Amino acid sequence: MSRLAPIVRREFAAYFNTPLAAVFLVMFLFLTGIFTFNVGQLYERGQADLRPFFDFNPWLFLFLVPAISMRLWAEERRIGTIELVTTLPISIRDLVVGKWLAAWAFACVALALTVPIWMTVEFLGEPDRGAIVSGYFGSALMAGAFLAIGSALSAVTKNQVVAFVLCAVVCFLLLMAGYPVVLDFLGGWATPSVAEAVASVSLLTHFEPMERGVIDLRDVLFFAAVVAAFLWLNIVLIEWKKAD
Amino acid sequence: MEAAIAAYGLRKRFGSFDAVQGIDLVVKSGEVVGFLGPNGAGKSTTMRMITGFLTPTAGSVRICGADMLSDPLKAKEHLGYLPEGAPCYPDMTVAEFLRFIGAVRGFSGIGCARRVELAVERTSLHGVFHQPIETLSKGFKRRVGLAQAILHDPPVLIMDEPTDGLDPNQKHQVRELIRTMSKDKAIVLSTHILEEVEAVCTRAVIINRGKIVFDGTPQSLDDKAPSTIARNRLDHVFRTLTTADTETRR
Repeated sequence: MSRLAPIVRREFAAYFNTPLAAVFLVMFLFLTGIFTFNVGQLYERGQADLRPFFDFNPWLFLFLVPAISMRLWAEERRIGTIELVTTLPISIRDLVVGKWLAAWAFACVALALTVPIWMTVEFLGEPDRGAIVSGYFGSALMAGAFLAIGSALSAVTKNQVVAFVLCAVVCFLLLMAGYPVVLDFLGGWATPSVAEAVASVSLLTHFEPMERGVIDLRDVLFFAAVVAAFLWLNIVLIEWKKAD
Repeated sequence: MEAAIAAYGLRKRFGSFDAVQGIDLVVKSGEVVGFLGPNGAGKSTTMRMITGFLTPTAGSVRICGADMLSDPLKAKEHLGYLPEGAPCYPDMTVAEFLRFIGAVRGFSGIGCARRVELAVERTSLHGVFHQPIETLSKGFKRRVGLAQAILHDPPVLIMDEPTDGLDPNQKHQVRELIRTMSKDKAIVLSTHILEEVEAVCTRAVIINRGKIVFDGTPQSLDDKAPSTIARNRLDHVFRTLTTADTETRR
């Protein structure tokens, strides 16, 4: 486990070595503000809660999380450092988990910077703090799941743009899996049982209870399973295709 | 005692192309092996199999007694590797990069700082220690890659074209470094410069089309040239060994 720490530290610092981190954080906070206050009408609703904030959160992540995950492996491939790190005495599993942890820590920093919105409703009324804490918890899990998907997909290409698009598309399908857009598309050719299975993997249906303040162990396990599955896929992809 | 590098029957197949077709390479501590061959002969592929980056289609690799396939982490601990083109993280400074490598290799605190200090001294990187790697010249980047490879004072050192792209002074410096380290290490380096083999290597291995066509001292390589040839004798032998195949076919 001690070999994990330097990987996490390096990857986390790498975000701040380029303007990417600053651009990302500013964009995230700016868009969060617009969606919460203008589109979500936090004030006009007259309710002291963060529903408008959490409602738009997954959709913001859809475009911003791939920007965090796209460089994780694609960049290693492009500049050839994958040959360097995979010949160091550290397992691929530690590399994959270390990179994901660093990206997740960065996403959590971004989430933590939205706390002033929470302070706003605290100032204006008496919000249900339990619901807010569980909403943040759900958002963090959602970001973790997106990042695991993005990390695995970034391992298949040298091109960060390709990694970004792949991640955004897969995350979009997983978000929308329970919605008519995807189910109608499947309805044309898939059997009902397949459509039902697809509907049950929708990330949104597992996120919504937490947004309301209900932390169901099954929902938490679902997100943990998504993270574990994609990190495993990531390990397999690197082990098989590291030299390509 | 087992040889530092013991590779037997290495084969690598990419699709329908046999890149390496059964190479045995045993290198003892104190030996400096110059790995020669035309482009595409399988030099890098062989080195990548020895360092564990590529999994061989067949064959075995042991580094200081540790099997690369069954116990890769142990084998990699004994290994310093300079990949082709010396890839490094461009956004890190030399100091950050070497400390990162030290930390991954399990050094911390003063121990790590001392290792970094020694590697920087051996590769003359003091002047650029706090500069981002992307701002460095090709020669400096190559030396950062070298510093990274020798940081943990490994008993086995594998270098893919360590002097490629360096100016004559830098080449001289790298050769001096290799010579000073060669006493207690097994070193394999690939190169296209035949004089380099004479200058630093105790043994030359030439491969062509994935097979070893010569394995001996640089002197015995020189002896293969006809006495009528006075200049570029090694070039002549190299050409004979690596083109004979194609010419007989014509």
